[in-house]
Amino acid sequence: MTIKSIQEDLIDEFSMFEDWEERYQYMIDLGKTLPLIDEQYKTQDNIIKGCQSKVWVHAEMEDDKVVFTADSDAIITKGIIAILIRVFSNQHPKDIIEADTDFIDAIGLKEHLSPTRANGLVSMIKQLKMYAIAYQTQLN
Amino acid sequence: MFNVETIRKDFPILQRKVNGKPLVYFDNAATSQTPQQVIDAIVEYYSYYNANIHRGVHTLSQEATDKYEQARLKIQKHFNAKASHEIIMTSGTTHGINLVANGFASLLEKGDEIIVSALEHHSNIVPWQMLCERSGAILKVIPMNDEGALVMSAYADLLSEKTKLVFVNHISNALGTINPIEEIIQQAHAVGAAVLIDGAQACPHVKPDVQALDVDFYVASAHKMCGPTGVGMLYGKEEWLKKLPPYQGGGEMIAEVTFEKTTYADLPHKFEAGTPNICGGIAFGAAIDYMNAIGFDKIATYEHELLDYATAQLLNIPGLKIYGTSKQKTSVISFNLAGIHPYDVGTLLDKMGIAVRTGHHCAQPIMDYFKIPGTIRASFAFYNTRDEIDALVTAVQKAQLMLS
Repeated sequence: MTIKSIQEDLIDEFSMFEDWEERYQYMIDLGKTLPLIDEQYKTQDNIIKGCQSKVWVHAEMEDDKVVFTADSDAIITKGIIAILIRVFSNQHPKDIIEADTDFIDAIGLKEHLSPTRANGLVSMIKQLKMYAIAYQTQLN
Repeated sequence: MFNVETIRKDFPILQRKVNGKPLVYFDNAATSQTPQQVIDAIVEYYSYYNANIHRGVHTLSQEATDKYEQARLKIQKHFNAKASHEIIMTSGTTHGINLVANGFASLLEKGDEIIVSALEHHSNIVPWQMLCERSGAILKVIPMNDEGALVMSAYADLLSEKTKLVFVNHISNALGTINPIEEIIQQAHAVGAAVLIDGAQACPHVKPDVQALDVDFYVASAHKMCGPTGVGMLYGKEEWLKKLPPYQGGGEMIAEVTFEKTTYADLPHKFEAGTPNICGGIAFGAAIDYMNAIGFDKIATYEHELLDYATAQLLNIPGLKIYGTSKQKTSVISFNLAGIHPYDVGTLLDKMGIAVRTGHHCAQPIMDYFKIPGTIRASFAFYNTRDEIDALVTAVQKAQLMLS
């Protein structure tokens, strides 16, 4: 699936929630159920320090596609990471570099990506793109 | 007579809704809300007599100067300083601390010692680290115990004739602990050391008497006590302020300038380079008037009731742990829910219209001590109510349910 179509699916899914509680419960459940990263990758090198929650990101290249795994010590942050991984992982580097994150606004999670939020997510997206740029350079 | 419902009417922001819910503002330790009387002072200044001060002969400048200097007198009276020139207007607590730290750089020698407490805010640690780097002085730390109180016997051991400065906050921002500053000051003076007290968290709750405390320096911020941001005060004993060199060069702080030599202005202007936050200073004065009209005794009594009530109600929640359990504390409750990250709780509370602070509260050493990433901090002011605390308790229970 393309990044765009995954984003559209997400917007559809989130439009079914009636209020913030359902939306957040969904993210919390996502955060709880998904094993997101192999423990060996939760290293100091892979850490993105937000002021409040920590985020770990690991990237690998598999058949011209970048596979991301990530984790956080806060469950809501982890839920949002699960959504970001669904969108950005297993995609060609070029597509990752060109993708935008406007869908976050459309699914009502904009506040989590505000630079003042200090949860590490803004830096995480930057990091995903940096990995994509690095892998793209290798491909060229 | 203290009537919280009447007081609440003074604060327009308390009528606000957040995420569709009535705002419950429990982040008072970060910044307090502003009463209409202070907002009016700001509006009046810009609508009626906005002008630069201390230099114009025209009417507006005279009026603005008078009001600004009146504010200084209000601050002097409030803190019971001996003279108004012992009150330096600053941009806030951090500015005051840096001003003193910078001044001491020229007075310290290699091997001199500075003592800070383990309860400090970052802003009260970093300037001293920088000062030690510059001067070769050594930084010592008074440890804290499990209750979040300072270990006074350890403090006594740290003091020696090498100690030149002691810096302690009056009240800890992260835990609300009230430090025994009278004792700290006395013991420091006994070895000839000066003491700076960070009063940022204390001034919303108590009325410090700098002469009775015999403190050498005391700093505060207006925005923690119903005033605007960007303004604060440094109290310094005259003898100390004369000893310290100026902090910044610029207009207002000079008496005479030639290319060969500049002579500095007298106190307080020696430390007030450039055009100050005139409106902010005047509004600071209005905030002090406002709080004194209510009365600090009444404020303290009421806030203590809120603290006791909130502590009892929150402790009914299974798995809730409070950090900072010193008997001497102000209306701040720092807590966590077992197995749940504070950020998650704070996020859900916000959705329910409740403003709390989450994170390390710029006091990472304290969080390291308790081995936690941070806490949820609810801090109460005199305009908060029991109903709001009930709303907090319900919201915390709901967050716990959603997150476990």
